[in-house]
Amino acid sequence: MEAAPLSAPRYDDASVRRFITATVLWGIVGMLVGAILALQLAWAPANLGLPWTSFGRLRPLHTNAVIFAFTGNALFAGIYYSMQRLLKTRMWSDTLSSVHFWGWQAIIVLAAVTLPLGMTQGKEYAELIWPIDLLIAVVWLVFAANFFGTIAIRKVKHLYVALWFYMSMVITITVLHVVNNLALPATLTRSYPVYSGMTDALVQWWYGHNAVGFLLTTPILGLMYYFLPRAAQRPVFSYRLSIIHFWALVFLYIWAGPHHLLYSALPDWAQTVGMVFSLMLLAPSWGGMLNGLLTLRGAWDRLRTDPILKFWVAAITFYGMSTFEGPMMSIRAVNALSHFTDWTIAHVHAGALGWVGESVFAMLYYMAPQVWNRKLHSVSLATTHFWLATVGIVLYVVAMWTAGVTQGLMWRAFDEAGLLQYPNFVDTVRTLNPFYWIRLLGGLMYLGGIIVMAWNLYKTATSDSSNALEA
Amino acid sequence: MESNWHRNLLEHRSGLFAALTTVVISIGGLVEIAPMFSVPLDTTGITVPTPLEVAGRDIYVREGCYNCHSQMIRPMRAETVRYGEWSRANEYAYDRPFQLGSRRIGPDLMRVGGKYPDAWHYEHMRDPRSTSPGSIMPPYSWLLEDKVDVADIQASVNALRTLGHPYPADLDVGASMREQATAITGRLAESKITVDPDREIVAVIAYLQNLGVDGKKLYATAGSQ
Repeated sequence: MEAAPLSAPRYDDASVRRFITATVLWGIVGMLVGAILALQLAWAPANLGLPWTSFGRLRPLHTNAVIFAFTGNALFAGIYYSMQRLLKTRMWSDTLSSVHFWGWQAIIVLAAVTLPLGMTQGKEYAELIWPIDLLIAVVWLVFAANFFGTIAIRKVKHLYVALWFYMSMVITITVLHVVNNLALPATLTRSYPVYSGMTDALVQWWYGHNAVGFLLTTPILGLMYYFLPRAAQRPVFSYRLSIIHFWALVFLYIWAGPHHLLYSALPDWAQTVGMVFSLMLLAPSWGGMLNGLLTLRGAWDRLRTDPILKFWVAAITFYGMSTFEGPMMSIRAVNALSHFTDWTIAHVHAGALGWVGESVFAMLYYMAPQVWNRKLHSVSLATTHFWLATVGIVLYVVAMWTAGVTQGLMWRAFDEAGLLQYPNFVDTVRTLNPFYWIRLLGGLMYLGGIIVMAWNLYKTATSDSSNALEA
Repeated sequence: MESNWHRNLLEHRSGLFAALTTVVISIGGLVEIAPMFSVPLDTTGITVPTPLEVAGRDIYVREGCYNCHSQMIRPMRAETVRYGEWSRANEYAYDRPFQLGSRRIGPDLMRVGGKYPDAWHYEHMRDPRSTSPGSIMPPYSWLLEDKVDVADIQASVNALRTLGHPYPADLDVGASMREQATAITGRLAESKITVDPDREIVAVIAYLQNLGVDGKKLYATAGSQ
């Protein structure tokens, strides 16, 4: 056997492999819980009459698992892989890498135990109780130290565009997490936020909207800038566009939180500012989308055969669709109909399943063979996964759009006498039932897809050395 | 090339890049959030939640009710006809955490206080479909069995007092809870429902029956419909 390439031991790919494994496992868990919730809405007896399996306690488990466990681990895998290669250096500290990995998994396990037990702060996507929040802060700072430490010892002076986006995530999530979770503990498992009422609501949606922005958008764009040109074997379309859309995106994103509170008791000026900045956000979002899609110029023929490119194109297309839909939903008149309905659920899932999920899958199919040094076990299974995921998303999103618009219209329908046409709220719930079953079907297809991927990556990682990429 | 300034100034200097990013991501939040602290809320007519209502609210948060129910009535006819007066900012003065919600899988609860008798809530929590046929809400039968711990609520009241909720220094949390709970169990007994005053369901009923009541008194005459 020949000696391994000189570059091999220089990079810490063991951490990347661990984060990939965690991504796949938590992805299955988070999406399985999502499917259970979908079943509970279609068929209430699935709540089982038990406290820890009731919808209100399980839904935070689903959202936290998908955002922080599935996406979080995927981001770390992609960042550890790409930043070492971009900066031509190993991660600054193997100890910090290890503490980061195990600390993050401990947080997830604690979340999976406490949330079904009803231990919660009661703020969406910030449900975890204060002791876990402290642990998150510590582990996040460990990651930040490792991140900036690696930048400090870099062998390449130039910071590639992907790293700008990662950096914006590291900084912004720190600020968001600390400010939104400032609370006074009453007991070990319960605390009260230092803000009350509408101030608490505004801080929370500043956090909630930008958790979407700086965990589910900017770092994924960074990963797109690293992995897409490699998959397409083409350089990024425009360097100048990447500068403009980076700064515009990180500046504008922060302002858009109040669009979650339109028509609420939040001061009108804040609602209007939130709406206007949400509309402006369309420009840098589409700048990123175009820079991604145009990077594929000259490589479109390979879309037929390469599942990685299929995933990227679908992901970026969903990104463009979601970042058009979001600003539209931020317009007061549209929001009047869409708010509080399943339209919102459709919107977040087009983003989470389409943009985030399919980007992560594209990245994993590229990265896993590299870090295990094995050819992908099956390209056709990866293609199967693509179709399961994409058709699943379409079923999910179309069902929820229809459900949302239907219920929104029923809530506001008046009869000729000027009375509510559907005064009994339950009537509007009954109407949604068929859509809830279609949503469950779409979700199960998506879940089936990720299980196919888990099998494919497992076979890839465990195949013998005759399948090595390089001898 | 025009973009060289960006490359030379920032892309080779990580510290400066990080500092500039921090500034750029801070502006929006500061401009929007900081003014919220400069506007004093008029809490005239808004009562501080009693210890039993605090207990009920803690249970409301624990069970994740906000995942399906909003507490935010928008100033639109379709909303005020269905739910009542639209929501004002001062009504939320003692809401920690806020519970506005983001999805109405079930109806808004901002003004559910006084809408139904106590017995309705008891039956609805035990089996939602017994009072609302077709409802997809899970049953909360454990609330009928589990007990509220006075020491636990004392800790909550202490924390909330520190945060500015004006509870009198000599407030006897246990006595206050007993008094309010006994009144509720008395009304339930009139509907042939026997339940001990220390059960969680009693606290939940106390909380729900107080929702939006102050605002209704303050704003009903304003005539938003």
